Amino acid sequence: MTYILDITRQQSTDSQPYVQSIPFETDDPAATVAFAMRQINASPDCKDINGETVTPISWECGCLQRKCGACAMVISGRPMLACDAVLSRVARGGRVSIAPLKKFPLVKDLTVDRSAMMEALKSAEVWLKAHASAEERNEGFVFDASRCLQCGCCLEVCPNFYAGGEFSGTAAALPMARLMAALPERDRELEKSYLRHFYNGCGKSLACRNICPAGIDVDSLLVNSNAAAVWKRRFGGRGR
Amino acid sequence: MGAINIIGAGLAGLSAAVTLAERGVPCRLISLQPSERAQSVLAEGGINAALDTMGEQDSPALHFEDTVKGGCDLADPNAVAALTEHAPETVRWLESLGVPFARSGGEIALRSFGGQRKKRTAYAQSSTGKMLMTALIDEARKYEAQGLIRRYSHHELIRLVISGGECRGAHVRDRITGLCAELPGRVILASGGMNGMFPSRTTGTVMNSGDVTATAFSQGVLLSSPEMIQFHPTTVGIPGKRCLVSEAARGEGGRLFIAKATGEKWYFMEEKYPELGNLSPRDVVSREMYFARRQEDTAGEVCLDMTGLSDDIWKNRLSDLREELIRYTGIDPKNTPVPVHEGIHYFMGGIDVDIRHRTNIPGLYAAGECCGQYHGANRLGGNSMLGAVYGGRTAAETAAEGFSPSQESEPAFAPLDDEPLLTPARESFNERLAVILTEALGIVRRADVLESAIGKVRALSEEAVCQREKLRCALALAMLRGALERRESRGAHYREDFPQRSDDFRRTTVARFEANDAVISFREIPERRAEQ
Repeated sequence: MTYILDITRQQSTDSQPYVQSIPFETDDPAATVAFAMRQINASPDCKDINGETVTPISWECGCLQRKCGACAMVISGRPMLACDAVLSRVARGGRVSIAPLKKFPLVKDLTVDRSAMMEALKSAEVWLKAHASAEERNEGFVFDASRCLQCGCCLEVCPNFYAGGEFSGTAAALPMARLMAALPERDRELEKSYLRHFYNGCGKSLACRNICPAGIDVDSLLVNSNAAAVWKRRFGGRGR
Repeated sequence: MGAINIIGAGLAGLSAAVTLAERGVPCRLISLQPSERAQSVLAEGGINAALDTMGEQDSPALHFEDTVKGGCDLADPNAVAALTEHAPETVRWLESLGVPFARSGGEIALRSFGGQRKKRTAYAQSSTGKMLMTALIDEARKYEAQGLIRRYSHHELIRLVISGGECRGAHVRDRITGLCAELPGRVILASGGMNGMFPSRTTGTVMNSGDVTATAFSQGVLLSSPEMIQFHPTTVGIPGKRCLVSEAARGEGGRLFIAKATGEKWYFMEEKYPELGNLSPRDVVSREMYFARRQEDTAGEVCLDMTGLSDDIWKNRLSDLREELIRYTGIDPKNTPVPVHEGIHYFMGGIDVDIRHRTNIPGLYAAGECCGQYHGANRLGGNSMLGAVYGGRTAAETAAEGFSPSQESEPAFAPLDDEPLLTPARESFNERLAVILTEALGIVRRADVLESAIGKVRALSEEAVCQREKLRCALALAMLRGALERRESRGAHYREDFPQRSDDFRRTTVARFEANDAVISFREIPERRAEQ
């Protein structure tokens, strides 16, 4: 099977983007976009459909198994991890469009600078101010919230998020949920930070619900965080 | 203000950074990608500590014995004693940072792992590394806000600054702007294993290229045990890499078998190793799998049979592993055995360090998988995360000794064109090198194959078009020559032509860089001191 990868290329923020269409042949039904781009980059003689040589494609790649979040990009119109994008599933009529995340400053081709996400967590003071000691009912929440990849897919679909704004999106809310679930006592400062950096700016579009490549149960974590920060209830429970 | 430079922001680098910050010592945390992308997030099964919460009378002394024995008497016993002695407090520290370890009766639960006689491995499903990393990233953030940890994400090491025989800084490049700077101060290397020498053939990430180790080696930093490469028995192939099936699968009751030509299932580990069975050390299991496949009366791949595991185990201890296997193999391990194969998983060898994580160059330290400490000829499952966290903390403590703040301002980044190490190795070159190494440094090794590989790598080195390619060849030669010179079989190093263990080689392999090649010597292993 030969797929055509329509990859958005851009040398730098100052240059014009263009789409380069690159054929990729594979018999492996499990082949992913990440696998294809690694193969293309490892072939110095690779040519696009017009016979032009393909210069190395800039993109971030790490674990190749959905655990590090490096390769988040927009594939066939949906933000996802390139290592999770099986070609046969994401192709439309044998073609796959591949573009960088749009919510972050472009570096080159498919590489973007997501440091705004880490800066947002710092601004929101997301760290433990006491020793953790989760109640038993919250252990699963700590585990699930800890799985956040900081890949940015949930921010890409969010109508309220823009890099550098006060609203930091679900990618900041989940680490805050981890802390709320892990602490034996309520942390009022953290709850205020949650309101300021997440709840108040969230338009409740729920666009982030089913986009997480790690499959985190975003609903549960946000519901419990809201209960704690907005309704002054204990995280994971009913009592105040 | 001055600072200590840490190269690598995975488990070892983060642990070092937090430890320095706890002492008020500033550091720069320099990494190719943010911590969330580090290979440590892939670590699965757990972290070892003799917490003795399972009523089995475990102790650090037994953890010590298992680690030394599992490493086939090649690890420094004083370093292992320090590691195992401090393991319980290390895990308790991680618990206080909010790592959601599985619990039993209110206490941290422990699971069985290979080569260990007691339940000793603390875990969080099969995602323990990710849990540790998330907790440490949050903890580091607190100190980032205080200015004690300064992140240099998307930065790479070009070379160490060594003058007067001492390491005085790190020359780095910002991968986004392309600008470079010499960052003064002591350096802790925490750059991970040498996966990049075997692209697509390991369970690790593509970012652990081995370039930092190769560069340090070329600058006079000694390597130890470069020939000791661990094959994990249970991996499955996915496009572009080997995917780990955690040892926890066997710790929780998974069994290995291969089909005989008669159709009968042969549970070879249980038959040959009645004491530890499927949970024998990884070197033993991988080798037995290799030989089981080659027997004339067997057919097909070795399979991991987890069909006997209870619903409770699948739900509470291995749910993530099951989901992953279904996704990548299409097989539900709850109902059907999964074909598995050995895959490169860990490098026991690396940058040579002493018990305090000092290298042979004053001012330079190393911790985590990039260094050759604790694991001897074979690492026990659950000891890598322990070695990374404890090693990172120890390296930081050592590096902080006598640290004095300076008034210097942070150096400015500037363009640098005339630097040979800025050109990356070609992927096609790396692949050619990997083909040679894979043939020679497999589970079974032989002098003629190793000699031939050395010749091929030297020839390939002549074709190198940049310095990084040259240095990768030198690192490859350190691995190959170490394997050739070690004329015995021990741990992960099995020589078909010298199948027995030899007391003459109960010594550490030490590799020194010389003229784009490696010179091998052997160093005595210290005796265990009575008092640590």
